[in-house]
Parts: sequence; C-alpha cells; structure tokens
Amino acid sequence: MQNLCLMIVLAPLVGAVVTGLFGRALGRSGAHWVANIGVAISFFLSLSVFWRIVIEGELTYNDNLYTWLESGGVLFQIGFLIDELSATMMVVVTFVSWMVHIYTIGYMRDDPGYQRFFSYISLFTFSMLMLVMANNFLQLFFGWEAVGLVSYLLIGFWYTRDTAIYANLKAFLVNRVGDFGFLLGIAAIVMYFSSLDYVEVFGNAHNMASIKISIWSGHEWSLLTVVCLLLFVGAMGKSAQVPLHVWLPDSMEGPTPISALIHAATMVTAGIFMVARMSPLFELSTMALSVVLVVGAVTAFSMGLLGLVQNDIKRVVAYSTLSQLGYMTVALGASAYSAAIFHLMTHAFFKALLFLAAGAVIIGMHHEQDMRKMGGLRKYMPITWVTCLVGSLALIGFPGTAGFFSKDAIIEAVHVSTTPGANLGYLACLTGVFITALYSFRLMFLVFYGEPRMDEHTRAHLQETSVVVWGPLVVLAIPSLIIGAIAIEPMLFGDYFGSSIFVDSKNDVLVRINEGYHGVVGFVGHGMLQAPFWLAMAGVFVAWYCYLKRPDIPRRIVERMSIVHRILINKYGFDAFNDRFFAGGARGAGRMLWRVGDVGLIDGIMVNGSAKCVGWWSSVIRHIQSGYLYHYAFAMIIGLLVLLAVFIHGVAG
Amino acid sequence: MLSLAHFLLLGAILFCLSVAGVFINRKNVIILLMCIELMLLAVNMNFVAFSHFNGDIAGQVFVFFILTVAAAEAAIGLAILVVLFRNRNSINVEDLDSMSG
Amino acid sequence: MVADLPILSLCVWVPLIGGLWVVFAGSRMSTNAVRNNALFFSVLTFGLTLFLWRDFDNNVAAMQFTEKLSWIAQFDIFYHIGIDGIALPLILLTSFTTVLIVLAGWEVITDRVNQYMGAFLILEGLMIGVFSALDAVLFYVFWEAMLIPMFLIIGIWGGPGRIYATIKFFLYTFLGSVFMLVALLYLYRQTNGSFAIEDMQALLLTLPQQKWIFVAFLLAFAVKVPMWPVHTWLPDAHVEAPTGGSVVLAAVMLKMGGYGFIRFSLPMATDAAASLNGMMIGLSLIAIVYIGFVALAQEDMKKLIAYSSISHMGFVTLGFFICFEIFSETGSWTGAVMGIEGGMVQMVSHGFISAALFLCVGVMYDRVHSRQIGDYGGVVNTMPRFAAFMMLFAMANAGLPGTSGFVGEFLVILSAFKASFWLAFFAATTLVLGAAYTLWMYKRVIFGEVTNAAVKTLEDISMRETAILIALVIPILILGIWPAPLLDMMHVTIAQLVEQLSQSKLP
Repeated sequence: MQNLCLMIVLAPLVGAVVTGLFGRALGRSGAHWVANIGVAISFFLSLSVFWRIVIEGELTYNDNLYTWLESGGVLFQIGFLIDELSATMMVVVTFVSWMVHIYTIGYMRDDPGYQRFFSYISLFTFSMLMLVMANNFLQLFFGWEAVGLVSYLLIGFWYTRDTAIYANLKAFLVNRVGDFGFLLGIAAIVMYFSSLDYVEVFGNAHNMASIKISIWSGHEWSLLTVVCLLLFVGAMGKSAQVPLHVWLPDSMEGPTPISALIHAATMVTAGIFMVARMSPLFELSTMALSVVLVVGAVTAFSMGLLGLVQNDIKRVVAYSTLSQLGYMTVALGASAYSAAIFHLMTHAFFKALLFLAAGAVIIGMHHEQDMRKMGGLRKYMPITWVTCLVGSLALIGFPGTAGFFSKDAIIEAVHVSTTPGANLGYLACLTGVFITALYSFRLMFLVFYGEPRMDEHTRAHLQETSVVVWGPLVVLAIPSLIIGAIAIEPMLFGDYFGSSIFVDSKNDVLVRINEGYHGVVGFVGHGMLQAPFWLAMAGVFVAWYCYLKRPDIPRRIVERMSIVHRILINKYGFDAFNDRFFAGGARGAGRMLWRVGDVGLIDGIMVNGSAKCVGWWSSVIRHIQSGYLYHYAFAMIIGLLVLLAVFIHGVAG
Repeated sequence: MLSLAHFLLLGAILFCLSVAGVFINRKNVIILLMCIELMLLAVNMNFVAFSHFNGDIAGQVFVFFILTVAAAEAAIGLAILVVLFRNRNSINVEDLDSMSG
Repeated sequence: MVADLPILSLCVWVPLIGGLWVVFAGSRMSTNAVRNNALFFSVLTFGLTLFLWRDFDNNVAAMQFTEKLSWIAQFDIFYHIGIDGIALPLILLTSFTTVLIVLAGWEVITDRVNQYMGAFLILEGLMIGVFSALDAVLFYVFWEAMLIPMFLIIGIWGGPGRIYATIKFFLYTFLGSVFMLVALLYLYRQTNGSFAIEDMQALLLTLPQQKWIFVAFLLAFAVKVPMWPVHTWLPDAHVEAPTGGSVVLAAVMLKMGGYGFIRFSLPMATDAAASLNGMMIGLSLIAIVYIGFVALAQEDMKKLIAYSSISHMGFVTLGFFICFEIFSETGSWTGAVMGIEGGMVQMVSHGFISAALFLCVGVMYDRVHSRQIGDYGGVVNTMPRFAAFMMLFAMANAGLPGTSGFVGEFLVILSAFKASFWLAFFAATTLVLGAAYTLWMYKRVIFGEVTNAAVKTLEDISMRETAILIALVIPILILGIWPAPLLDMMHVTIAQLVEQLSQSKLP
C-alpha cells in the first residue's frame, strides 16, 4: 500500500518536474504526453486504492513515511492515511485532473506557455493529493499551501496581463490570511495534544473537551471551539467563504482549465474536505458548528445573488461555485459531513463540466467572454450545448441528476438540524435554490438560445470544438447525471465513510432523514413534491421569461432598483473596502512607520541626532583653539600654576 | 654682601619678564625667540648662583650645555622663521593662526 | 591521516592565509589566476568543513575538535577552539556561502580583484574563527577583526553612498562590541582570571550583576542581529554593499548576533535573561510586525530584502527568548527546546534564502545597474529561467512549506503558542506580511509587460549564474522537505543548553 500511495503521489510530481525542467527538449506533444501519463497512472492507481478500501472493505491504511523532524518532544512525520474519505477524494481529484489535462491539449493549443501549463497542473495534482492523503496536520498544511502556490502560479499564468497578476497576488494573500488562522489552529493542537497525527489527536479529543483557555483575560473559551474556529478560518480562505471569498471571482483571470480544476472542482473544496476530516473535533464544539453553518448560509445566499448581475460567462460560474461552496459549508455546520462530501463530489463533476463547457464556448467565440455578445450557440456547438445543459440541470438540482440528490440531502439535513442558526441556513438554502436556477438558466438562455448577437466574423468561424475539448465534457457529463443516484445510498445512509467521519449521535441529522428515505426512486418522487424543486422550476421559468421572452424586463428592474443593482455590481463593496482599508492601509502604515519610525525617529533623532550633537559640541569647543601661540603659552602657565597650587596645598594640608 | 636670594630674585625677574614678553608681544616672532632665550638665561642665572653657593661645579657645567642648546635652538628657530617668512610674507604673530579650530 | 590533522584550525587558517596570499601574491598574477586561486581556497575550506561534518558526533554534547594552545600566558589567554551542534551548521553555512560569493564576483568585479577576493577569504576565516572560539579574548579578536574586511568591502566596492553606510555600520557594531569587551573583562575578574567561555558559563552571579552583563552583551548582539531599534545600519549597508558583501552580511554576519545570544547571553546571564525576556520578546515582535510593514513600503529591492531579513531574524530572537515564557506557562522545559531549535533552523535557512535573494538582485543589478523596483517590470519576458529561480526564492522567503523558510517559522510559531496565544498571533502575521512584501515586489519586478527599454534587452542568466542559483536551490529544498538531519545535529547541544537554562545562576 505504501508503494502504491507513493506512486500515486509521485507520478504527477515526476510529470511536473519533467515537463517543467525539460519542456523545451520534450516539445509540446512530448510534454502533454508525459503529464497526461503521470496523471493517468495516478488516476488508475487511485481507482485501485478506492476499490480495495471502499468496495472490498480493506482496513484503513495509516502509516508514516519518514520523520520530517523531531523537536521539543513532538514528532513531525510525513505519511499517508487512506480511508474511505481520502480514497473518494483521490479518485475525484485525479479523475477531474485527468480530464482537465486532456482538455488542456485543445484549449491551450496555441499558447506559448504550453509546457509550463502542464507542469503547473501536474504539480497541482501532486499537491492536492498530498493534501487529501495526509495523515497529519503538517502534511495537510504543506498540501494546503502548495495548492495555494500552484493556484497563484496559474492565475498569473498570463503574466503580462495586469489583471491576472493583480488577481494572483490577491488570491495568495487572501489565502494567506486564512492560513494564518489555520496555522494558529495547528499550533493550538500541538500545544495541547503534543502530536500532529490525526489518529492521536482525534483519539484524545474527548479528553480535551472540557479544557478552557483564556484568550482575553476574563473570557474562558473551550479549547476545541478555539481550535475549530481557527482551523475554519483556514477553510474560509481556501473554500472562499465570506468574507475571505474575494479572491475567487478574480481568479477567473487564469486559463479556463484551471478555473475548472482548481477554482471549482478540487482546490476550493479543500476547506470542505478539511472540516469533514476534522469532524471528531468539530463535533465537540456546537459553537464552532454554528459559526460554520452561519458563514456557509451567508455565502450561499449572498454570492448566488451576485451571479445574477455578472455578464462574464466565467464569472457567473465562479459565483455559482461560491454559492455551492456555501451549501457544502452549511452541510458541515449541520453535522451532515457526508452530505457535504457527497455534494463536493457531485459538484466537482458538474462544475468542472460547466467550466469546461464555458471554456469551449470561449474557444468557439475566439476568447470573447461577455454573454451579451453571444446567443444562439445551440446550433453551432451542439455537444457543448447538451453537456452544458446537463451541468446546469445538475447544478439547479433537477430531479434525477447528481446535483439533485446532494443538494436535496443538504437542504433536508439543515431542515432537521438543531445546530443554532440552522433556521437561517435553511432559509438561505431554499432561496439559494431559486437564485441558482435563475442565474444558471440566465446563462443557458443568453449563451445558447435566442438571437446570435456576436459579430459576423466570429459567427462565420463558429463551430464545435475539437475532440480533446468536447471529449472530457462528455466524460464529465456522465457522472454529473448518474453519480448521485448511485452514491446516495451508501454515502449518506450506508456505512460508506466508516470511521473516517465521526458524527455525534445528538447531531446526526442524516439518521433522521434516513427514517423517511425509501430508495432512490422514492427520494426523487419525494423531492418533486418539495419546495426546492418548485423553487428551482420557478427560477428556470423566470429566467426564461426575463431573458428570452421579455428581455426588456431585466433592464427595467435594473432601472427601478438601481441601488440594489449597484450594490450587487460592486459585490457588496468588499473589494473596495479591502483595497482601501487593508491593502491601502497596510501600505500607508508601512510608509508611515518607515518615514516616521525608521527615518525620522531612529535615524533622524537617535543616530544622526547624536552625530549632530557631537558635531555641535565640537563646533562650540573649537573656539578655544585660537591658533595663537601666546594663548597656548598662557594656558600652559596658568595650568602650571594651578597644578603647583594644588601640589603645595596637598603637601601642606 | 650679595646673598643667594638676590641672585634668585634676579633670575625670577628675568623669567617673569620673558614670560610677559611671550604673552604680550603680538607683533614679531623674533621678539618671541628672544624672550625664550631670556627665559633660558634666567634659568642659567639660577644654576650659576646655586653652583657658586653650594660649591658644586656641576651647575656651571649644565649652564654650558644649556647655552649650546640655546644657540642651536636660536639657529633652528631663525631658520624656521626664514622659511615662514618666505611662505607667508609675514612674521607677525597674529597672522600665525593656522592651528585655529 | 585526515583525522590527525587539526581540521578545525585548518578551517580557520586556510582561508586566512589563502586570503593574504591572494591579496599579496595576487597583485602580480593575472586576474583569472587570482580568481582561480580564490576559488581554490574557498572550495578547499568548504571541503575541510565537510570533513568536520563527517566526523562530527551528533550524540556528544561537549565541544568537539577542541584544540588548546597557550597564547598570552600572563593573562591566561589561550588559543582554544572547538565546535558543538550550534556552531557546526553556521560554519558550514559560512564556507558554503563564501564559495558562492567568489563565483558571484567572478566577472562582475574587475577592479582590484585580488583585494576583493582576498578580503572575502580573510573574512571567511575570521567568521569561522568566531564560531569556533572557546576563549573569550580569541572570540573578541575574531569578532572585531571581522569588521575590517567588511568595512573595506563596502567602502571600496560599494555604491555611491558607501562612506555614510560604512561609517554607520562601523560605529553601530563597534559601539555594541565595546560593551561586550567590558562585560568580558568583568567576567574575567569574576572567574579569578579565566577567559574560557566554559568557566564564564559556570559562574554564579547576583541578579544585578547578571543584568548588567546581559545588557552589555545585548548591545553587541542586538546590533548584529539586528533587533529593533538598532537595525537601521543594515538597510544602508546592504544597499551600498556589492552583491558579495550583501550576501555575506545577510547570510553569516547577522547570525553572529544570534550565535552570541545562544553562546553568551543565555548561559551566562540566565536569570537576567529570564527576568528581561519580556523586553526581548517585545523587541522581537516589533521586528516581525513593524519591520514587516516597513518592508512593504520600500522601493529599493535591496532595502526591501534587508528589511525582510530583520523581520525574519526577529523569529530567531523570539525563538531563543520565548523559552522562559514557555516554562512559566507550561512548567516544562521540553517545549522550550522547540523554540530554540526553531530559531537555529531559522538562522541557517535565512542564510540560504537571503543569500539567494541578494544574488538575484545582484544578477539584475549587473545588467540594469539599478535596484529600484520601478525601473523593472516584466523581467520574466526576457529572463524566464531567472524568473523561475527567483519565484522559488521569493516563495521560500514567504515561508512556503516545502522550503527551508517554513521550518524555522513554523517551529517558532508553534512554540510561541505555548507561551501565549497573542505571541503566536503576532508572530504569525508574518505569514501575510511576508507574502505581501515579497510577492508584491516579485509582481512589480518580474511580472507584467515590459515597460522599460533596459529590461527589453536583458539576457537570461549565464551558466555561471545558473550554477550559483542551483547551488542555493538544493539546500533550500532539502531543508524544507527533510530538515531532520539539521535538527539531529543540534539536538544534544540544545538539550544541554536548556539544561543550563533550567538552573538558576544566582549564588
């Protein structure tokens, strides 16, 4: 098993190193072959691991590879923990990654940075695998930061674009704010558990539940609440929860394949994965769960709204990702970890599909991303249209599609949850369903239906993309349709996750849902009678009415409610506030501290001040030095007399 | 009869005169040199007086040494003066302040 | 055969004599011969230090490779040298960076090559001497002598403001070390006439005595580290120094301060350190946070990296002085080990990373002759290979896991949390600040469109430069992926140090 794990991790790394260092020697096709084979190996081996752990029920594998270091009685090790949770993640990550690798061959065909791009995405696969396969917090943090690095590199892939290099710096820094909390959480764990190993920490969690620590004097906090909240700050950064979500929409400056891979399917779900992994800790802190739930609810609702006013096709999908991440976070807060991971998985498939489809549209439109200049693409790009429709249906949770099962499960779970804030979460999720349907089909209708609005030249060249581009779309469309029906029973109600996820019996909402669950067909039938389905249908209808039937309505709404519209266009003012307060403030503070503190006080007053003081005193004292011989002689005589007087006085006295 | 005190008094007066000359003279470096010579002579006077009254010839021997040194000093001093004058066109004491801070 | 030689002495004297040879014999050689000679001596020294490493026993806490000869018998001053797990990594760092410096100045320095190369070799010998001296007078002599070549390097081959910078550098460091001399003489009297560092460490002193000694040492070492508020010499010195000077200054000279703390202040004035640790921790945090902000405002690349060095060295002092706080919070000394080891790792790692960054700036300076960030932009378009290297170093500077920059910061933050949440909180701000100033600089210099004519004509790095940068990539990555060997080297020594710290020195 150890060798297997090593192969899975190292195959993409080798691919990354080879394409990165010897890209020019390999040539373009050499590079994509190396990278693709690396990821393919990783995928098939992950499948075999998945088979052994999940299907055959082999025991959880947990072993250390080597000791990173040992200090102060704490062992820092590198190792793998392969259980149902990590095996699932490995398959999802390698599968989506492989699809994106294939897709990239077509999408980046004319880009001069072809080899570099393959190197980056292979490196990403390696980092993400390190993250999900970790058996300790150190390695988790390594993977965590490494995916952040690759994300940084890839957002800034087109490094001559000002917007891209602005966005990647922003992404890295916002993530670093999250990592700041994450690292403190790890530090707290090291302090109280004296270990970084998952098994040891989780095993001891119960004994730590009663420990209180004091951060402000006078306010006692439960240790686990503090740890969980700090860890969740990390998750908020990576999984783009309000208010650390600001980097994700801007990250769309990167090439589309990485929007699909990193900023929709895998990396951004790392936070969700992490919280699910830490379920034994979160379960012991109701307060932390409550915070998670509320943050998720706010994200799910508010970010969905922003999707309504975007015109850039990728940004619409990006905001939808934010909103869906909010759903997953809500599920985590409601202790429905398996539902969150379930949604994570289905979302990975259909959101990657949507992004790649958006990418296909962008290729077809010659790198035009504005939806207002599209329309009627259905006829020109039928495969893209069908697959995109599948993705959208899954996204809005149309009964039978993958998204339906996972999203309905989350809504149900929140509904029955007793975590404080669950009511708010339920409300946010329900309205979110309507909004999701509205913006998804706004996208569908604006892009694929109606009159073509592009210029003549573009339309003349409009055609279906090559097979390496639409192939992955089709391959991703299949799980987007069926994976929900297959996986719902084992994942949510069966013993799929085994011991990898821990749920306290008093929080176990899924058990409560299970009581009303009678098979997949029953679930679908039940779902069609429920509010979410009708809300989604209403959303689709409104989208159809407003954007196909009566395109003048949205314009009038905008005119009527210009304040609301402006708030949404400005994304609630987060960007402006961050730019002015944090970025500007930090620069201003730096300049002030430098000018006043370093240059003014320390150098000006202390260093040069003392030098000047010496200079001034010597300029005073030099006047004694007249240069006249008779002055010196006079001083000599006087001095002699004084000494003589002292001497005689001394002798006499 | 002249006592030792008389000689010493004379020496002291000579010495004070020469010191005053060094201080008060601001015009001519040559006078300065002469004052220094006078100072040495005052010292010589003391030596001779002590030698005579103590009956020790060593004091008078010393006087010869001092006279020799004074002669050499005068020679060197005058030589310096010549060079100084050549450079500065003046032997006025008040002009010689290149050591001023 | 090798075992019989006094290897440690050779490590000190080979570069010293080699340096003198290069200076004096070099004036009659061709420039290339001078370079080859200098390279030979630096590589030879590096090889010798590798022998030290090979024969070093990780499990022995006592000094190893000791040599003791009488030097000035009247005052009981000995030529007494030896190393332990604290000194060895720093010696290796010194000899390694000197090789790089000789290579880095290969074609760039054309004026008085023999003196330039010679100065660095002499400096190397003196620095190894500082790290291995076991006699206080010997230590002091090496310590002060080190200033001379550095003074000359900045003063002769430096930039336009070099006179101001050298005087500032000299006065700052000299002022500090004078107080150290006083403290050493005082200790000499207290030990009844022994200059052995070991005897001084064993000395029992009252708290006021210890405090005076601690403060005297503090002035010397804080200037070297440098700690806020005596840091302002560093940016000026770096800006004016030639690339090699900056490298040795950042990579090795700053470590002298940290080494001094761990060799003198902590073991000799333990109780004073314990009672003044609040001040030390405060100053370290100011260095980390305040200087982090100041670095953000810099427009000069070298100044920015210099400030980032100060900020990173804040972790070293924080790690060293947090141990008392941890002890009073948790009641055990095992946690304290982590802070000190974190500080040590941070020193070694910062040696590599700051050297790498200064070399990167040097590479650009050699081509464009400007250090202003505003004069660059879009360098990646013309120098893609260089940009890749610099990306790695920038990330290491920002403390990315997998690079050595992460290890020390991580350990120090972990141990800071044991002392107090807020200490860890402020220390961890470097995660954001460090990334902000490093990557913002990287963005403005490397990314973007080419807007400057000078950048348009840049040539990518030569084989020689590539070799230097690769030589730095290797230790940075290895230390990041597997720091255990470095830690193993110092475990026993630091355990012994902590043992010393746990006992009061009051009579």
